[in-house]
Amino acid sequence: MRITQGAFSFLPDLTDEQIAKQVQYCIDKGWAVNVEFTDDPHPRNTYWEMWAMPMFDVKDAAGVMFELNECRKTYGGRQYIRISAFDATHTWESLRLSFITDRPADEPGFALERQEVDGRAMRYTTRSYAANQPEGSRY
Amino acid sequence: MDAVIDDPAVTTAPPQVPEAIDLRAEFVSSGLAEVLDELDRDLVGLGPVKSRLREIGALLLVDRARARFGLQAVSPTLHMSFTGNPGTGKTTVALRMAQILHRLGYVRKGHLVTVTRDDLVGQYIGHTAPKTKEILKKAMGGVLFIDEAYYLYRPENERDYGQEAIEILLQVMENQRDDLVVILAGYADRMERFFTANPGFRSRVAHHIDFPDYSGGELEAIGGRILGQMNYRLSPAAQEAFHRYVELRMAQPHFANGRSVRNALDRARLRQANRLFAGDKPVTADDLSTLEAEDILASRVFSGGIDSYPPLPGR
Repeated sequence: MRITQGAFSFLPDLTDEQIAKQVQYCIDKGWAVNVEFTDDPHPRNTYWEMWAMPMFDVKDAAGVMFELNECRKTYGGRQYIRISAFDATHTWESLRLSFITDRPADEPGFALERQEVDGRAMRYTTRSYAANQPEGSRY
Repeated sequence: MDAVIDDPAVTTAPPQVPEAIDLRAEFVSSGLAEVLDELDRDLVGLGPVKSRLREIGALLLVDRARARFGLQAVSPTLHMSFTGNPGTGKTTVALRMAQILHRLGYVRKGHLVTVTRDDLVGQYIGHTAPKTKEILKKAMGGVLFIDEAYYLYRPENERDYGQEAIEILLQVMENQRDDLVVILAGYADRMERFFTANPGFRSRVAHHIDFPDYSGGELEAIGGRILGQMNYRLSPAAQEAFHRYVELRMAQPHFANGRSVRNALDRARLRQANRLFAGDKPVTADDLSTLEAEDILASRVFSGGIDSYPPLPGR
């Protein structure tokens, strides 16, 4: 099951050229661009691992693409990689854009778990099949 | 949204191949003419440098015209080395170079990142690579200017981390020619040794530009421009004193061309301020902007010393 988180996730995967244009857009807006990765794609897992430092003073998308490619060398095809853009201006101070650039070759998806509590009441939760495996060997 | 989605109409239309390209018009419309004229106007002397810059500009222009006829696909190697004595304008020209390349579309942003060994080489194992990469990322889309580049290579210490920085630099210079232009700068003899020890650099640097020393007349013209920018002028007597100052200073050791002139004028301004402050009478705008002969003649150069601060030891 293809996970849909962040921007553009209902579109086909972005090409490198398209990613570079998005990144350049973020840089031109003055946002700090980050590369992040994770092997736990649960929608509530908001804090992914950060690859290297946030790139506050990079002026051109090529610098970010360089780091993205470095990250791909290590995690490409095995973990999710996303680009996020942080706006440090006062009153924003939060992410303005985030989109997935790379996903594992095989995405097993999520299971819906039902729990009976307090008599006949039901509680629902989702659980990633991948997260059944220990960290590092999920994809 | 234009940053996000390409206009499909543009990509589907077949590219127009022009019949002929007017290089002269191209020269003006690219803004290159303007930059080169500014260069001629703003920088004193440096004849060989300017002609080399014109040549490089012409090459890029012709390359661009060729590309429009579909004649060429590879982008030219634009990495350069600037050699010359201190104060001959290497950094200033590098800044202009960034503008020229930006106007011609060879670098996307046209900013200049100036670094020395300290910014590239780390202090312990594993520190160098991230540091160098950080700088390279910052410079992408622009020009990376490595001042005193020969310090990167220290043959006397075989465990020096400079070699690691050199290897990363070489890799990026080769693989990401479209993203980054590297300019190495330093004194001629040491750069020569540096290139001999690192043949990889020599073959990747296409343009070697030598910056000549300034003549006395050119130095005086530079001094005049520096003062003009700061709204100062020399009185006729001070002009004469400055002429003698430059002649004397040029013959002395540790002479750093334009930089020495700028420092000398800074010190003259200091003395002028002191003189005006010591005098009792109220000052006019004219007094405030005029350097007198005594401001310059007080220099140590006239008494056989070197006009530098702090004074050189043993003098």
